[in-house]
Amino acid sequence: MSRADVVALLYIVAFSLLIVGLRMLRGPRTAVRGNQTAAVGMAVAIVATLLQPGIGDWWLIAVGVALGVAVGVPAARSVKMTAMPQMVALFNGVGGGAVALIAVVEFRAAEAELPLDVLIPLLFAAIVGSISFWGSNVAFLKLQERLRRTIRTPRAVNAGLLLIALALAVVIAAGSETELLFWLILVFAGALGVLAVVPIGGADMPVVISTLNAFTGLSAAAAGIALDNTALIVAGMLVGASGSILTKQMADAMNRSIANVFFAGVGTGSAETLGAPGGGTARSTTPADVAIQLAYARLVVVVPGYGMAVAQAQRAVADVAAELEKRDVEVLYGIHPVAGRMPGHMNVLLAEADVPYDRLKEMDDINGEFGRTDVTLVIGANDVTNPAARTVADSPIYGMPILDVDKSSSVIVLKRSMSSGFAGIDNPLFYDPKTAMLFGDAKHSVGEVLTELQALG
Amino acid sequence: MDLLTELAILVLAAFVGLEVISKVPNTLHTPLMSGTNAIHGIVVLGGLLLIGRVDGVLDDVLLVIAIAFGTINVVGGFLVTDRMLGMFKEKAR
Repeated sequence: MSRADVVALLYIVAFSLLIVGLRMLRGPRTAVRGNQTAAVGMAVAIVATLLQPGIGDWWLIAVGVALGVAVGVPAARSVKMTAMPQMVALFNGVGGGAVALIAVVEFRAAEAELPLDVLIPLLFAAIVGSISFWGSNVAFLKLQERLRRTIRTPRAVNAGLLLIALALAVVIAAGSETELLFWLILVFAGALGVLAVVPIGGADMPVVISTLNAFTGLSAAAAGIALDNTALIVAGMLVGASGSILTKQMADAMNRSIANVFFAGVGTGSAETLGAPGGGTARSTTPADVAIQLAYARLVVVVPGYGMAVAQAQRAVADVAAELEKRDVEVLYGIHPVAGRMPGHMNVLLAEADVPYDRLKEMDDINGEFGRTDVTLVIGANDVTNPAARTVADSPIYGMPILDVDKSSSVIVLKRSMSSGFAGIDNPLFYDPKTAMLFGDAKHSVGEVLTELQALG
Repeated sequence: MDLLTELAILVLAAFVGLEVISKVPNTLHTPLMSGTNAIHGIVVLGGLLLIGRVDGVLDDVLLVIAIAFGTINVVGGFLVTDRMLGMFKEKAR
């Protein structure tokens, strides 16, 4: 058996492990092992590649890998669970960047004119890789709230950038070997990546990241065709396809179409589009009042949001819940599928805080319970409780399924200020006569409520 | 390998990808995205394959960056996914 045969066989082992691992990621019980299986598959693919004849420059390889490990491992270890979405965006971005760089070098290194069946996938990889790199970095900046501006780019500008990149690609494919053109393609595609993501509001960012993730997969597959490497083709395409399905499912969970996410710009609406309905005013309350209300309730539902997670108030909330249970008050948690900043993100955050799993209710299960709920505690969850999604047809979140907290007997909203939520729109819930606002840092407020509860004796 | 064989592999991989991720619970969307994200870091192989073939400082520098990027994508992606899934494991107990 030749060395090339060994490599090919090892690649087959690697694909199998990647596919099995990906499949196991579908269920919570097998997911941890699934991820590890995929990682082993990746390791096999890398080792097999290093066995290929003609692999050289070991020092440079070592430098590159060492740099990657030195940056990637500490970043992955130290990132807070609340910051996970932007970390995923960054990792996706560097993947896209790697594709684009590899495409450039392959183009530069070609001694003769490249045949079209290499050149076309190479140009595709360059364009999509560059879009993915720059788009992901913008997504990171937005989620990190370093970039709060939302410029609305005319659709014609984006279309124009794409057309220019494609036209340059056609010029190269027609036989021009000018390297400058290739770099220009990267520049125009990168500009498109930036301008396409800048207008998109934070609430939609998960769908954007997932789309860019699928893009990077596709560009890696294209690079695989250009480089004649089956491992890249298979793994890249697996991600391209599974990422597309995932994107669609996420968009469905938010009741939005993918086109709508990219072109309508949810969450870019300014607060003035939705003033307080009927000019109502919000009523503010005190921790002592909240404590009394809670102590005499039968059922309390906690609706946690990103604000709670940021304030690290989970444990304080769990303490309040324990205190209430001593008084025979039932406490449940209502979890919106997109609470947090990504679908499923809140479950990760609450699991980290050891909140008992059987108290966590998904939206469809808890919505029927609000009718018999005495007090709903909304902690830093803004958009997912906004009744405007049901009633205001021109609201950017219209049609998104929400938690029906306004159906409970009374609502207490813990919030730092009256500022609007991540989607940047006002919430009529705050002006509802049965709603009271408890202003302040969530962790501090919940702590005070706990003290008052204990003082009730 | 000829182009048609490669295209056949591409199409088959697409169907496998679509088939493998059908109907995932909401709860797992974030870890799953992160897991697939780690897998496309496989593009690091492209850097490994090319770096022996080229010479010239600029190409070497670009490829070292590409390899570093790909490694961050792979290593960071799998680690982060493992941490997230670890949370789920705890609560299953």
